[in-house]
Amino acid sequence: MHLFLFLMFGAVCVGGAINLLAQRHPITSALSLIAVMAALAGEYLLLGAEFVAAVQVIVYAGAIMVLFVFVIMLLNAGEEEQTKGSRVAILLGVPGMLTGGLLIGWVVLRHSGTESVPIGALPGHPTDIAQLLFHDFLLPFEVTSVLILIAIMGAVVLASKPEASAGKVG
Amino acid sequence: MHAIIDYISSYLTSDKTPGAAGNMFWVLVYIMLVFAGLSVAVIAMNWLERKILAHMQVRLGPMRVGPHGLLQPIADAIKLLLKEDIMPAEADGFVFWMAPLIVVLAAFTVFVVVPFGPTHAITDMNIGILFMLGVSSLSVLGIVMAGWASNSHYPLMGALRSSAQMVSYEIAMGLAVVSVILVTSLHGSGLYGVGGAGAGDGTLSMIGIVRAQQEQGVWFIFKFFPLGLIAFFIFAVSMVAETNRAPFDLAEAESELTAGFHTEYSGFRWSLFFLAEYSAMIAVSSIAVTLWLGGWLRPFPNLLNGDTWDQAFSFIPGITFLFFAAICFYNAVRMPKHPLFRVQTIGLFGFGVVLGLIGLALFVPAVSIRVQDIFWFAAKVSGFMYVYIWFRGTFPRYRFDQLMQLGWKVLLPMGLGVLILTAIFGLWPSIQQLIQRLI
Repeated sequence: MHLFLFLMFGAVCVGGAINLLAQRHPITSALSLIAVMAALAGEYLLLGAEFVAAVQVIVYAGAIMVLFVFVIMLLNAGEEEQTKGSRVAILLGVPGMLTGGLLIGWVVLRHSGTESVPIGALPGHPTDIAQLLFHDFLLPFEVTSVLILIAIMGAVVLASKPEASAGKVG
Repeated sequence: MHAIIDYISSYLTSDKTPGAAGNMFWVLVYIMLVFAGLSVAVIAMNWLERKILAHMQVRLGPMRVGPHGLLQPIADAIKLLLKEDIMPAEADGFVFWMAPLIVVLAAFTVFVVVPFGPTHAITDMNIGILFMLGVSSLSVLGIVMAGWASNSHYPLMGALRSSAQMVSYEIAMGLAVVSVILVTSLHGSGLYGVGGAGAGDGTLSMIGIVRAQQEQGVWFIFKFFPLGLIAFFIFAVSMVAETNRAPFDLAEAESELTAGFHTEYSGFRWSLFFLAEYSAMIAVSSIAVTLWLGGWLRPFPNLLNGDTWDQAFSFIPGITFLFFAAICFYNAVRMPKHPLFRVQTIGLFGFGVVLGLIGLALFVPAVSIRVQDIFWFAAKVSGFMYVYIWFRGTFPRYRFDQLMQLGWKVLLPMGLGVLILTAIFGLWPSIQQLIQRLI
């Protein structure tokens, strides 16, 4: 049952990712990215990392991707033209990707062992994560939040109209 | 054969949810029960909303199909199923087809963790409330997809409004929920019962949250009065906005956008949106009931405790149903004495008999002990449903900038303030110690 679910979510994940590249319309690409995110959440759930799965759905599928779609709709982006692709990309890219994939596969198989992980063996319980975030790594966590705050302020400054910002700064 | 019966009956004595007990048969039974119950609730809501709105505007509302229009929702459902299913020529077929499915799936999946009673939930997850928020946040995707795929102006405008609204109100909603989750970890009992630092583990599980209220002896709406009340208020406002209902129904503002994001939908697909809207309303109301109003707990479990009060309260479900039956009988007697109304009169009388029999069955102790949790839960949720209709009948629609202002400049700061104050209240002993040490 678990193997079946794993394969199913994996297939959705890979299929969505390929579809993301193959589609010509930005919205359909964004929608297939959502499918990838949701399938990833399913994989996390299979590992017993319930909290991470929920956060994956809430943050990525529910918030970030909605903003993506929102922006694409606001810009009213039309269908992209499909180029045939440069010869360099085909000559170098395809072999490069194959080698890279094989290399990663070899390293993973060689060094991490292939025994399966039982559900619940990973520290995925909300309490464990809270302990890590708000106790063990409190300072990095808070510093990251300040970093994000600076990013938000930067976005506000960049997005505000030139006259308005000039008036405030001057 | 014997093994199967054993497998089925083994759950009956269990005190866990079927999902937690791992009993697939009962999981399926519960899923079907919840699905059927929801469908009936949506049908009932449809009728009640029209009737209540009509009476608020001094009209009669549906009167023709069945006694007092009781069969109107069924007639509507048949009409919708028989209607031609139109897809605009320039629409994006696949996305247009997917959108209502996503909305319906998101609206129904959340009921997996809704606790109708200590054992009456499909399953209990230790991330229950996060699961509910996460899955219900997916419905905005369906709305955006519907608006975009229709390839038409009004749906696009509606979808843009709706997504902006849902994304911004989700934040205020989340902050209100976080303050409740914080309270579950403060194990002191009573209104201002506070624990020190590390007072205990909190919980995200829906059943765990209700059990925490039982253990602390107070519904979280009254905890740290008035903080719980303010958090509840924030949630109650943002849940109306989340479900795109009046006075925040800008996504489908009839006077401006025809029908908003589902303008181009018709027939069965449209009815899926309708189904999803109402079941999402029930879903967010059940979150509110679980988090602040004690879920399945009866009123005053601590103030009026003891066997006598338990006995007295266990009669209320039966009495309620008998009361409804009495209303049916009264109206059946008052029906016009004309041959044309004979079928309707008999039908209403039969409906009254069914309600009366349910009421009588609820007086049997063995039944009422198992079912009264569901009754109290449903009663609280239906209170919310009435308030939804009441809002729609009384409030004028907000302007979009007012809506955004309310969400970002009022509810969000309030939510943050409540969260910080709850933390300070809850950990007051430890903070006091800290201050003393510093001085």
